[in-house]
Amino acid sequence: MNSINQLPFKNVLKHPVRTGMLLLMTVFLSFSAFAGTLIIKSLQGGIDSLNSRLGADIIVVPRNAQQGLQSILLQGVPGYFYMDKSVTEKVSKVDGIEKMTSQYFLASIGANCCSMPIQIIGFDPDTDFSVKPWLEKSFNGTLADKQIIVGHKVNAFEGEQLRFYGVVCDVAGKLDETGTELDNAVYCNESTIKTLIKASEEMGVNVLTKADPDTLISSLMIKVKDGYDIQKVADYINVHVKRVEAVKTQSMIEGISDSLERLSFVVSALVATNWVVVLIMLLITFSMVINERKREFAILRVIGSSKRSLAKTVLFEAVIIGVVGGGLGVLLSSGAVTMFSKAIEKKLGLPLLLPSFEELMCYAGLTVLLCAVVAPVTAALSAYRASKVDAGTVLREE
Amino acid sequence: MKVIGKDISKSYFRETKEANYFHAVEKTDFELEQGKITEIMGRSGSGKSTLLNIMSGLLAPSEGNVFLGDTDLYSLNDKKLSKLRNENFGIIPQGHTGIASLNTLENILLPVLLYKKASEETTQRANRLIETVGLKGLEKAYPKELSGGELRRMAIARALIMQPKVIFADEPTGDLDDENTETVLKLLRQTADEGIAVMLVTHEAQAEKYADVVYKMDGGKLRKH
Ligand SMILES: Nc1ncnc2c1ncn2[C@@H]1O[C@H](COP(=O)(O)OP(=O)(O)OP(=O)(O)O)[C@@H](O)[C@H]1O
Ligand SMILES: [Mg+2]
Repeated sequence: MNSINQLPFKNVLKHPVRTGMLLLMTVFLSFSAFAGTLIIKSLQGGIDSLNSRLGADIIVVPRNAQQGLQSILLQGVPGYFYMDKSVTEKVSKVDGIEKMTSQYFLASIGANCCSMPIQIIGFDPDTDFSVKPWLEKSFNGTLADKQIIVGHKVNAFEGEQLRFYGVVCDVAGKLDETGTELDNAVYCNESTIKTLIKASEEMGVNVLTKADPDTLISSLMIKVKDGYDIQKVADYINVHVKRVEAVKTQSMIEGISDSLERLSFVVSALVATNWVVVLIMLLITFSMVINERKREFAILRVIGSSKRSLAKTVLFEAVIIGVVGGGLGVLLSSGAVTMFSKAIEKKLGLPLLLPSFEELMCYAGLTVLLCAVVAPVTAALSAYRASKVDAGTVLREE
Repeated sequence: MKVIGKDISKSYFRETKEANYFHAVEKTDFELEQGKITEIMGRSGSGKSTLLNIMSGLLAPSEGNVFLGDTDLYSLNDKKLSKLRNENFGIIPQGHTGIASLNTLENILLPVLLYKKASEETTQRANRLIETVGLKGLEKAYPKELSGGELRRMAIARALIMQPKVIFADEPTGDLDDENTETVLKLLRQTADEGIAVMLVTHEAQAEKYADVVYKMDGGKLRKH
């Protein structure tokens, strides 16, 4: 040792039981805070990701198909529904629409990639604004006929082929993970999906319609002009266009947002209770430890430590505990959350999308920082008492 | 440089027949001189440690002042008084006083480190002191591995490391056998002979032959022996 700054480290290292106990408590703090943050942020991320994936303010679907739409988007139950193409024209006359594009849904049966049916979504390359922005991230160029882009969780890779209803399609790209059910979907252009719909009709699978695919669409994605009230535009469509349902994307997602909010509240409450309990425990432990250490502080006073430097030693020890415990807690909770994220997702029935690495590091840093601040705060009373140690009296009491 | 206590006294709250306080140390003048061992004898509870603590800047007297040279100790703020204690006083408190997380060498060097970094010179001095007090080979041992006598000698080395002007030793031979007691007393004599003022509180009869001035403490009253 050649500097007094090493004393706090020595004190921490040379008292493994005491240090271990304090560390365990800080690990609890940091674990709960970081895991709670990760879960809440991942839920938020999942919903934001779904929101941006849809990219539309309003989705128009056939009357009574809203349930089907939600099943596709939220529960990942592949489905399909159709309405007449003429809806497009009627809706386009509604005031306040900035962009509009039609989409087509089809559920596969037994593709060679997957044991389960998967969702096929077709879009109109000319007017699309909902799919392309993020499609472009994994595929540049225009999708040719019988070319498909697969969602992150579809078990197929670029260059491979998938067969739907006897039609062979080339996989042209794979999308990044969104954390939503759309990770299980396959995307293709309008003419491809029409071919597929026709093929499904011919195989007698698609019982909903026997109509010519050219006259059908599944949904209309609408972007509302700035300055227009989305709800009013949706209401207007509902009143004036027959046999369709205009769904405000926001309110559909709000359904899950609601449960998200409740869940976030529960998680935050759990974390908060844990913090209160552990902080009190820390406070008590630090105080108890000071009683044991009075003699040590008295000796330091005798050899010339000022009150201030005694208090600083105690606080610095607490900072060390905070940083190490905080770091350990972050490591443990990131491990736990990544290990159990699938299970959590299933249990909650909500999409989970982990924040980006940078964001994660940021939360990790903040958690450690918080622990590094909170630990000395709980030790403050003890530091004060250490500084007040009456060396004369303490050393008399052998 | 002398340490001078002027009209110092210490009283504590305690209900007695006459009053609700008592004098642990009754009003007295007291002086520690360079090169001399000033010994205080007395029964347990007579106020010896209290007087030593007052003189060494650890316990403010109820009345009176303590001076080191021209400096009135208790007029200083904590920071200055602490530094003064560190630089001028080597204090050997009653009992065992090793810091558990530091080994012998680190314990002895600790006073140096409080306000500076260790240097080649201080480490050498520490090693010389370790030899003088007979702790060679135990540099890396921790307090819980040392005997009572070894701990006491470590405390002496620690008190000497800053080359203080005054040494305050409160029963430095407390629970030591005759041989160790003799060693410690000789060390203190040697220290005094180097020009340091030594205040020695002890029960030990054999201490008297090492002391230059002997006081007796009796129920807070200080008398020349
Ligand atoms: N902080 C205090 N509060 C109340 N009484 C005290 C305090 N410190 C010391 N005393 C009392 O003052 C008296 C003198 O105590 P002191 O420690 O100076 O005795 P001592 O001569 O050093 O005894 P010993 O030989 O046992 O060490 C004792 O009666 C003690 O109880
Ligand atoms: Mg005493």
